[in-house]
Amino acid sequence: MRFAVIVFPGSNCDIDMFHAVKDELGAEAEYVWHDEESLDRFDGILLPGGFSYGDYLRTGAIAQFSHVMDGVKKAAEAGKPVLGVCNGFQILQEAGLLPGAMRRNESLKFICKQEALKVVNNETMFSSSYGKDEEIIIPIAHGAGNYYCDEETLKQLEEENRIIFRYKNNPNGSVSDIAGIMNAKGNVLGMMPHPERAVSELLGSADGLKLFQSIVKSWRENHVLSS
Amino acid sequence: MSYLHEPTAEQIQEQKLYREMGLSDEEFALVQSIIGRLPNWTETGLFSVMWSEHCSYKNSKPVLRKFPVDGERVLQGPGEGAGVVDIGDGQAVVFKIESHNHPSAIEPYQGAATGVGGIIRDIFSMGARPVALLNSLRFGELTSSRVKYLFEEVVAGIAGYGNCIGIPTVGGEVQFDASYDGNPLVNAMCVGLIDHKDIQKGQAKGAGNSVMYVGARTGRDGIHGATFASEELTEASEEKRPAVQVGDPFMEKLLLEACLELIQNCDALVGIQDMGAAGLTSSSAEMASKAGMGIEMNLDLVPQRELNMTAYEMMLSESQERMLIVMQKGREQEAIDIFEKWGLEAVVVGTVIEDKQLRLLQHGEVVADVPVDALAEEAPVYHKPSREPEMFSKFQNEEPFVPAVESKKETLLQLLAQPTIASKSWVFDQYDYMVRTNTVVPPGSDAAVIRIRETDKALAMTTDCNSRYLYLDPETGGQIAVAEAARNLVCSGAEPLAITDCLNYGNPEKPEIFWQLEKSTDGMSEACRTLGTPVIGGNVSLYNETNGVAVYPTPVIGMVGLVHHLDHITTQYFKAPGDLIYVIGETLQEFGGSELQKMQLGKISGKAPALNLETEVKRQKQLLEAIQNGLVESAHDVAEGGLSVALAESMMNGNTGASVELEGDLVSALYSETQSRFLVSVKPENAKAFEAMNEDAKQIGFVTDNAVLRIDHENQEVLAAAYDELHSAWKGAIPCLLTSKA
Repeated sequence: MRFAVIVFPGSNCDIDMFHAVKDELGAEAEYVWHDEESLDRFDGILLPGGFSYGDYLRTGAIAQFSHVMDGVKKAAEAGKPVLGVCNGFQILQEAGLLPGAMRRNESLKFICKQEALKVVNNETMFSSSYGKDEEIIIPIAHGAGNYYCDEETLKQLEEENRIIFRYKNNPNGSVSDIAGIMNAKGNVLGMMPHPERAVSELLGSADGLKLFQSIVKSWRENHVLSS
Repeated sequence: MSYLHEPTAEQIQEQKLYREMGLSDEEFALVQSIIGRLPNWTETGLFSVMWSEHCSYKNSKPVLRKFPVDGERVLQGPGEGAGVVDIGDGQAVVFKIESHNHPSAIEPYQGAATGVGGIIRDIFSMGARPVALLNSLRFGELTSSRVKYLFEEVVAGIAGYGNCIGIPTVGGEVQFDASYDGNPLVNAMCVGLIDHKDIQKGQAKGAGNSVMYVGARTGRDGIHGATFASEELTEASEEKRPAVQVGDPFMEKLLLEACLELIQNCDALVGIQDMGAAGLTSSSAEMASKAGMGIEMNLDLVPQRELNMTAYEMMLSESQERMLIVMQKGREQEAIDIFEKWGLEAVVVGTVIEDKQLRLLQHGEVVADVPVDALAEEAPVYHKPSREPEMFSKFQNEEPFVPAVESKKETLLQLLAQPTIASKSWVFDQYDYMVRTNTVVPPGSDAAVIRIRETDKALAMTTDCNSRYLYLDPETGGQIAVAEAARNLVCSGAEPLAITDCLNYGNPEKPEIFWQLEKSTDGMSEACRTLGTPVIGGNVSLYNETNGVAVYPTPVIGMVGLVHHLDHITTQYFKAPGDLIYVIGETLQEFGGSELQKMQLGKISGKAPALNLETEVKRQKQLLEAIQNGLVESAHDVAEGGLSVALAESMMNGNTGASVELEGDLVSALYSETQSRFLVSVKPENAKAFEAMNEDAKQIGFVTDNAVLRIDHENQEVLAAAYDELHSAWKGAIPCLLTSKA
């Protein structure tokens, strides 16, 4: 399986994503600069964290207009797995691929720490390697991760089982403790916590590895079935 | 210092306008004799910034010369953007610390942010990839709303810049004392990794080569920042707000990536230097001077973001995120292409010339023409008078302070809640300390540790300085600062390599202050020699005074160590019940400058704790060897608050407790700050081997599973405190102080 790690000017978790996929997961990964348009050669798309375009105006607000986002949208339509982490999640929201918006953390401060999450839905291409309600430790590092959506959207997310991860101790004020959500089709996941930072016990947690393993597992199953 | 029309050379002389720029009458006369005529307005400006203490070290050079700067591993000592130390396998570590005190006192967010930005540029201008940031901060007591504001904004500024650029802020220290009330200290350190082949020099070699300006455009911000940094702060300093620069970490991220791409891929690059203090002036004059050449620059070509800037304004601007590079003639386009990819400007603004002059042209006229060596090298050096202050002999002859302690437990809880000891997680939770996914030991333990990818090695790093000891006794305090930094690295499993230092003092024109500077650097030099950790670079920040009152002498030590194998990485936290607890080193009754003295008396006095450097080195070597042999589970330096605080801190991961039996004077055993001590835990099966290797180690107890700290003395329980009590006192103190009304 071949992953694209999208690099915007100001992305800074691109190398972490790249190494997580390549070194720890053992899959193929390639950096893709923001001005490329076609992502056809990739099986999965990863939008890493950072401060794309300095996060000026609003987090993710400028990055959504990058050429590469055409390729991301096309990949999403084609049903390829698209994962946006932190700034990547914010960009997916701005691009309209995921609902809701991010407000600044309730404390109005940047927060970086290990955070306990609950796997709310383990029947997705991103979470099938986790147990139902499994508690995992994945770090957060953001200033604007306070997820907001209106009640109708929240109801829909809940009814359609599209909330994948919830915080155990809500660190930022997110609606309904939301840490990660999926699109209706089930192939676009946005999450504020950083699974790519939790792929080695040496660095405090390896709980994020199962997320990447889930993606590969799902791809293999589909690949075998369709071929 | 803004005039509708620039004063003429005669007016500058007659009206002594140079004084406003910080030049003395003698210095102005010297300039005149060097150039053989009266300097014009722009030239006077060039000399005033280049001869400021911040750029020339004119007052501190005599003491800086004492530092040991050589060592087997040192590839680059002081003099370039940052020092470089070999770590084997063709790799080296690059690091430096720098102050941004004055800007932070006036505009704390931008002052701190641009301090971080500046030190990062020093590292990547050497060709290194910045991999970690640290800092050392000093504030007044957290009781006034002004101090709380400074503290919150400085931390936010450091976080804002470091988080955005994507370099983890992995460690640092924060201390609070009234002497820093109006003059906080903000010292930022950056550590980088480099392959030997990529090491750059800031030199403008080769006549005819092109001088190029890259990065952000020049505005009127930060004009005379270096001069401002070389004055005392007064109430009028608020008026200097325009001298504080504004940072753009996004721009710096682009600049960083573009510069590293250029350095690693383009052999037409001749030299590169950051435009830091004194911006375009210092970078051009220093690069030319170091190469024995000159530079001719056409200021019309300098990218500007404001209209009608004068030569004076452009040369003295400290706009951020700019670099000066020299490219081989004819290959400028290679640089332009790389910078264009990152959306940045790279513009040829001048040429390297044989004539050792800095020659500036604007609107077709020569607006300045002065010798580069005069600017960069020939600032006068002052040997300031030095006088031992009366208080020193008073402190030395004072009866030793012997604290009376009623409740041992209450005293421990109070100590844990002192802001200097209390948990700093309120601070470092705001820093992204994990980005780049190499942080093995995050902030909070003795030193931070980051792994080096594709090797089995790691780097440990710390910043340290207990300025209270320095205030009482600068020489001993200077030794302790270096020794403690090394202790922190050893506890983490690292071999200390070298230091960078940031010398923060008051006004050196006062003999008592200069005496502090002299004595403390004597102490530091001796410690560096004995510990084998040379000084590879640093920064001096003088004039840290507010309305005539100086800060404590605060030479912050930034030290980096090499962890030879990932298996050696050790933290301060107890690991498993049943492990034996040892203290290495005896305890004396030493409370001068201690946390307990400060807490009980509200001030410090007396003698600083004694330090024997030979003993220190012996214990550090023995402990490191034990760690490298896999005999040690946890190791922690015994510092502020003494052994009881060290025990509590070793329990703060929340899984374990400790039961220990102490001997001798109980109050000293619990709270004294005797130096060269370590708190260590060892698996029972390793006890014999550990003891054989560490002659001064004494077993005092063992790790328990009940999350309680229990201390016995003469067969009686004298202190029992649950983890929850200890943790909440320690963890809650700073947030509580910040939310309470001033």
